Amino acid sequence: MDGSADADDGGGPTGGAAGLRAGSEGGRLLLSPHGHWQGEAIGTLHRRVSGLELPQGGEAVVDLAGLASVDSAGAWLIHGLVAALERRGVAVSVRNADPHVAGLLDRVARIEPPAPQEMAPRIRPQWRTILERTGRATFTAFQAAGGLLSFLGATTLAVGATIRRPRRLRLTAFLFHIEHTGLNALGIVGLINFLIGLVLAYMGATQLAAFGAEIFAVDLVGIAVLREMGILLTAIIVAGRSGSAFTAQIGAMKAQQEIDAMRTIGVDPLDALVVPRLFALLLTMPALTLFGDLMGLLGGAIMGQLVLDIPVSQFLERLRDSVSVSTFLVGMSKAPVFAVIIAMVGCYEGLRAGSSAESVGTQTTRSVVESIFLVIVFDALFAIMYSYLGI
Amino acid sequence: MTGGSQPAGHDGNGGGRQVVIRIRGLRNQFGQQVIHDGLDLDVFRGEVLGVVGGSGTGKSVLLRTIIGLNRPVAGTIEVLGRDMGSLDPAGLAAMQAQWGVLFQDGALFSSLTVLENVMAPMREHRDWPPALQRELAALKIRMVGLPANACGKYPSELSGGMRKRAGLARALALDPPLLFLDEPTAGLDPIGAGEFDQLIRSLQQSLGLTVFMVTHDLDSLAAICDRIAVLVDRRVVVDTMERLMQHEHPWIRSYFHGPRARAALPAARALEPAG
Repeated sequence: MDGSADADDGGGPTGGAAGLRAGSEGGRLLLSPHGHWQGEAIGTLHRRVSGLELPQGGEAVVDLAGLASVDSAGAWLIHGLVAALERRGVAVSVRNADPHVAGLLDRVARIEPPAPQEMAPRIRPQWRTILERTGRATFTAFQAAGGLLSFLGATTLAVGATIRRPRRLRLTAFLFHIEHTGLNALGIVGLINFLIGLVLAYMGATQLAAFGAEIFAVDLVGIAVLREMGILLTAIIVAGRSGSAFTAQIGAMKAQQEIDAMRTIGVDPLDALVVPRLFALLLTMPALTLFGDLMGLLGGAIMGQLVLDIPVSQFLERLRDSVSVSTFLVGMSKAPVFAVIIAMVGCYEGLRAGSSAESVGTQTTRSVVESIFLVIVFDALFAIMYSYLGI
Repeated sequence: MTGGSQPAGHDGNGGGRQVVIRIRGLRNQFGQQVIHDGLDLDVFRGEVLGVVGGSGTGKSVLLRTIIGLNRPVAGTIEVLGRDMGSLDPAGLAAMQAQWGVLFQDGALFSSLTVLENVMAPMREHRDWPPALQRELAALKIRMVGLPANACGKYPSELSGGMRKRAGLARALALDPPLLFLDEPTAGLDPIGAGEFDQLIRSLQQSLGLTVFMVTHDLDSLAAICDRIAVLVDRRVVVDTMERLMQHEHPWIRSYFHGPRARAALPAARALEPAG
């Protein structure tokens, strides 16, 4: 590139816009960067530098007299220019660099750019990743199942000890959790069951109307709510609001090393954290289920009265004839089992949390998913068992 | 480096030195608790200012207020001659390219590699081609003393000290004139902390940075700070370490004359080139 090709974008050699002047001086290539080689100008300067036609061999001078200021990116561009010239066998000399610029150039010149494979994370073949993930997930699932089972065993021992010596029970914590898992859940449990009762009555009646048998909608509501819907919906809501709270509370304590502190003082976390929660849920779950059952029936009755022309008195009469006490007891019998599942999963996943805030969140999600899954699995098992028993 | 045509009000009162951050009458309060009240502070171009104070005196709150993460109840903050309180979102975005912030544990984005973390500010503020962004991000990563193979690693694969270095590389991504550091040496072992101090000092000198550093570390104060701002009684007392050691305020006295200070400071004075 000889002659005086000049790609100056206005402004004199000092100050003004940043640019690069290429010319010749006594047979040598003269490159004079000028202006502020920093900040947003770097993009334009990069295009200018990489668009430059460089000679093979010969001599070149880089004159920095016009350079007003430079940052590390600017210094990197100038360094890159010098390095590119040297690669082409050009003897380069840099002149008129003020001490600050010279220092910065020297600093970036000592930096070895990383190799391309060092820039990206190591990626392994797809099939290996899939295989590894499957294996890991299987292993973790079995490990979690085994861990949950042994946790259940340890808790049973703690419960046994508490029953033998009831004074071991932390009364304050027990009452606190009754309030939070029971009393505070009444609103949502009641509302959801009420709405489901409403829907069941309406759906049932419109389908049964085809046979002129609307009155059997009462049987449908009674049996479905008392046997299945009441307990199942209550359990799902409790898993969502109390099971997750157990995991989050205990997980946060684990992350803050409070559990470690308890153990060093000699307080058993099972006694202090798990048993009160378990007992509280064992008490509140049947109570909530009873409340949910009543609200579900109420929803059905109101729907019958308002839309289906079944007066409340007739609804109650029909309910007494079609639903036996055993239907109600079948539903209630699941409550303690679901309470144990939710409390155990909630506490266990909380105690498995790591030390980061992120792991508390992961564990909470995992706890809700696992407990709802187990509740539904056990509900199915109950259904099979009761059908064998003919109840 | 830059010419003398600065906007009016830029030439501060500190013997003609250029003021980069000017705080006047700052008041911060949370509920009933007043953190800062009538706080005035000037930070000059090219200096390293250390900010110290007891727990709860609002060191980090001061930093967060300057960079716009916390809105003050009263008072004005000017950064590089612009009033932070009157900036529109576009103006604030332009200011954000003027400073880099290193949070306590690096605050790297955990889903991005170190290289992508350093490229993040470039993507937001510059229209450079991706290849140039990668090249310059790698430059910053190497400048803070990380090995080349750190580029492709995720933050979880790095040690605490390396995370801080990566955070510093991200703070320097756009070559900002201003650097904010929140307890840069907290959680590092003494050797790592000393190396980090020297790294900040050498980058500050070769890049001509102005550094605002919240710290607890007496060694850092002595080794790299030009002036020290002490938060006491909801205001700051700013001076050089030598002069602060003569100050009669009880907290400042006990801070600079406690057993830890006596251990840290003589060694530090030996490192000083002059004075």
